[in-house]
Amino acid sequence: MNNFSIKDVLKKNVMAIALLVIYVFFTIMTGGNMFTSSNVASLIDQNAYVFILGTGMLMCMLTGGNIDLSVGSFVCFMGAIVGIFSVENKIIHSAASVPAVLLIAIAVGLAYGALLGFLIAYMRIPPWIATLAGYLAFRGLGTQILITASETSAISNFPDGFLKIFSGKIFESGYDTMNIPCIVLGVLGAGAVIVLNLMGRAKKIKKGYSADPLWFVILKSVLIAAIIMVIAVQLSWDGGLPVVVLWIIAILVIYGIITEKTTIGRHFTTVGGNAETARLSGINNKLVMFCAYLNMALLTVLASLIVTARFGSANAFAGQNFELDAIAACIVGGVSAYGGSGTVVGMVIGAALIGVINQGMSLMSIDQDTIKIVKGLVLLAAVVFEIVSKKGNKKQ
Amino acid sequence: MAKVLLEMKSITKTFPGVKALDNVNLQVEEGEIHALVGENGAGKSTLMNVLSGIYPYGTYEGDIVYDGEVCEFHKIKDSEKKGIVIIHQELALIPYMTIGENMFLGNEQGSKWCIDWNKTYAEADKYLAMVGLTDSSKTLIKDIGTGKQQLVEIAKALAKNARLLILDEPTSSLNETDSRALLDLMKKLQKEQGMTMIIISHKLNEVSYVADKITVVRDGSTIETMDAKTEEISEARIIKGMVGREITDRFPKRHDVPIGDVMMQVKHWTVFHPEFAERKVVDDVSINVRSGEVVGIYGLMGAGRTELAMSIFGRSYGIGISGTLELKGKNVVLRSPKQAIEAGIAYVTEDRKGNGLVLSNSIKTNTTLANLKAISNATFIDKDKEYLVAEEYREKLKTKTPSVEQLVGNLSGGNQQKVLLAKWMFANPDVLILDEPTRGIDVGAKYEIYCIINDLAKAGKSVIMISSELPEVIGMSDRIYIMNQARIVGEMKASDATQENIMACIVKSGSEA
Repeated sequence: MNNFSIKDVLKKNVMAIALLVIYVFFTIMTGGNMFTSSNVASLIDQNAYVFILGTGMLMCMLTGGNIDLSVGSFVCFMGAIVGIFSVENKIIHSAASVPAVLLIAIAVGLAYGALLGFLIAYMRIPPWIATLAGYLAFRGLGTQILITASETSAISNFPDGFLKIFSGKIFESGYDTMNIPCIVLGVLGAGAVIVLNLMGRAKKIKKGYSADPLWFVILKSVLIAAIIMVIAVQLSWDGGLPVVVLWIIAILVIYGIITEKTTIGRHFTTVGGNAETARLSGINNKLVMFCAYLNMALLTVLASLIVTARFGSANAFAGQNFELDAIAACIVGGVSAYGGSGTVVGMVIGAALIGVINQGMSLMSIDQDTIKIVKGLVLLAAVVFEIVSKKGNKKQ
Repeated sequence: MAKVLLEMKSITKTFPGVKALDNVNLQVEEGEIHALVGENGAGKSTLMNVLSGIYPYGTYEGDIVYDGEVCEFHKIKDSEKKGIVIIHQELALIPYMTIGENMFLGNEQGSKWCIDWNKTYAEADKYLAMVGLTDSSKTLIKDIGTGKQQLVEIAKALAKNARLLILDEPTSSLNETDSRALLDLMKKLQKEQGMTMIIISHKLNEVSYVADKITVVRDGSTIETMDAKTEEISEARIIKGMVGREITDRFPKRHDVPIGDVMMQVKHWTVFHPEFAERKVVDDVSINVRSGEVVGIYGLMGAGRTELAMSIFGRSYGIGISGTLELKGKNVVLRSPKQAIEAGIAYVTEDRKGNGLVLSNSIKTNTTLANLKAISNATFIDKDKEYLVAEEYREKLKTKTPSVEQLVGNLSGGNQQKVLLAKWMFANPDVLILDEPTRGIDVGAKYEIYCIINDLAKAGKSVIMISSELPEVIGMSDRIYIMNQARIVGEMKASDATQENIMACIVKSGSEA
């Protein structure tokens, strides 16, 4: 009944292990530079948008390998919209309050998401065509707005309130002292992981199901807790916990629960697994597709706010290739390109893997073109690996 | 005594963990039609894959002696060069190409770099005439029916100069008329061209109609070979060999199942084709089913049976639907499958792989799919409960699987059908519409499915069973509707029904139209 085997565990977590190995590799190759507080913090800062957009892309891909090409341009467009409302400019002469700006941003996101969802789900326009239109149009529209609004074709000087919500650190302190709130939050997070894992096992045993051996659960929890603590300590020496980490954790936890534990998530994977079966099982396929793209647009709004706040400016080049980063994170993270399977955790590992390679090679002063080549090969290798390992499973 | 064309000697083929074929011997004489029968998973298809080189030489043990020489086939092309051509169960034709293009796919006519289309179509027409197909070879595959497509496959094989033709379940998607035509064509090819053929089939009446010899495969071994010349081969005799036991009654009896009130009543139901809006696919149909009753709907393929079922099931097919639907005496309007499921109707689809199951998901998630509400709390799925439900149905339906976490795609047809039934039983409907519930599954699994149907009736459910197998309809139903050309053309008690008078109904209605 209990088929626990180390081999299976390694097989299942091969990507996570690869991530660790690659991280250690770059740390050694950069003489420890990779593992400094400021670089750990910038790794998170630079890739925050990938986690958010990757989550939205995951939901789209689950419904049948569908993608959204318009997210990068929409990030730029939303930056412009947020910019003209929050900062005095040539189009709108008085700045709105931060809550009002956020409401406007959400409303615009809802409008675009609903339109896109309608076109794809109810008009049956292939997703990549509908979103290709958005890819072109929003880049143009965003740029036009910015050019009209400001002579430098960029909007900066965002209000502090806005910046604080989406960037900066919690209880920021100096860079020469350890930030205590950051450590406290780290301890809380690490403790939560251990407690939840042990509780989950206890519940399984109580109900009489097979569970992993105790030593393994402890080892796993301690390992994850240790990683959390290491990151927390590193961040505490860099002024504190970035606000964006809270946004990421919130989004990942919410969508992790949706995809793993709810009927909504089940509907998404079923539509992707077999659309006809889903329809004849009482699932509203069109509604699922509609929601996938509505959701994508809303998460894109969030990503745009985070990116705009991080740079403190909205410009015409914002969000370039973001859609491809999100898709790559999903694919490397084992999300099926044909739909029906994929997890938030997988996507996170995929995003982190690409982020680590990016940062590591940059720190080694390898030129951008070589980095692109390597990233392309990693993407290809991940897909080949997935397909080969699936074939291996079938033969058994 | 005719010459032995093919001899497979002590073939053993192992997959990791499983011995698929164990010391199999098969002898086929030139010019005979040799049938391979056996339950699903017995190893028939594996054996044919070894023969045709899909499993290359060296991956199995044993010898293939063909035309007097020992052969080593490394790929399909090698066996085709020798004239061994296999026609797979799932047709490999490309819908948007013409018959001619399909026939010479990979075998293009003309010079090395340039296809000679005139020659292609002339040759194609020649072979089409041989199989008795009158359509032009320039017709697109999508425009001809499955029956004709099967004939195209045979013509394609002939064009490859086949000497040994292997047909894997050639009639599984054909109706009775087309099936008969195909079998007669096989006989014709045998007589006129001395073609040697191996046919794999589950339909025992067809096997005994067409085959000269029948080899039974069970659990990866050849059990026996029966010769029609020397002994009378009855279906019961074949079944005995296949399952290793005598199934005295192919259709289990229902005892003391009281038939109650009318559960569902459909009146003057008319449905139009979703693309050709003027074509009626269901025409003024009125049927009813009572609780505890099994009602059979017999009809040839294309009669409108599936269309009727799907249009009742929340209008999941067709446009311009008119007519009334009553459940337990109350008029209802069901606009989506979701509403239909909530109203207590289940439609168990005909095509379990295409629209019945999600093959890439586990047995567990497939089982609960149509009734996620029952295992969830305000959208949060109780995974423990889900597991228990899946286990319960696995035991109840005797699904053969190591675990309910197993992917449905890895199961045999019969077990997939059980998962599909489990899914709809768990939705707890009052009315179950079963569309071809035993298609493509072996005799043993069929019997088990019949038992499940009887249990459903015993539990007071209403069962509508759509089938194109006459013995099954007669053996399982309490009452039978006969459907032809979008209309109900007859209704009779099962006790009055015979294959002859059902067919007579169809023939009579056909001549009236």
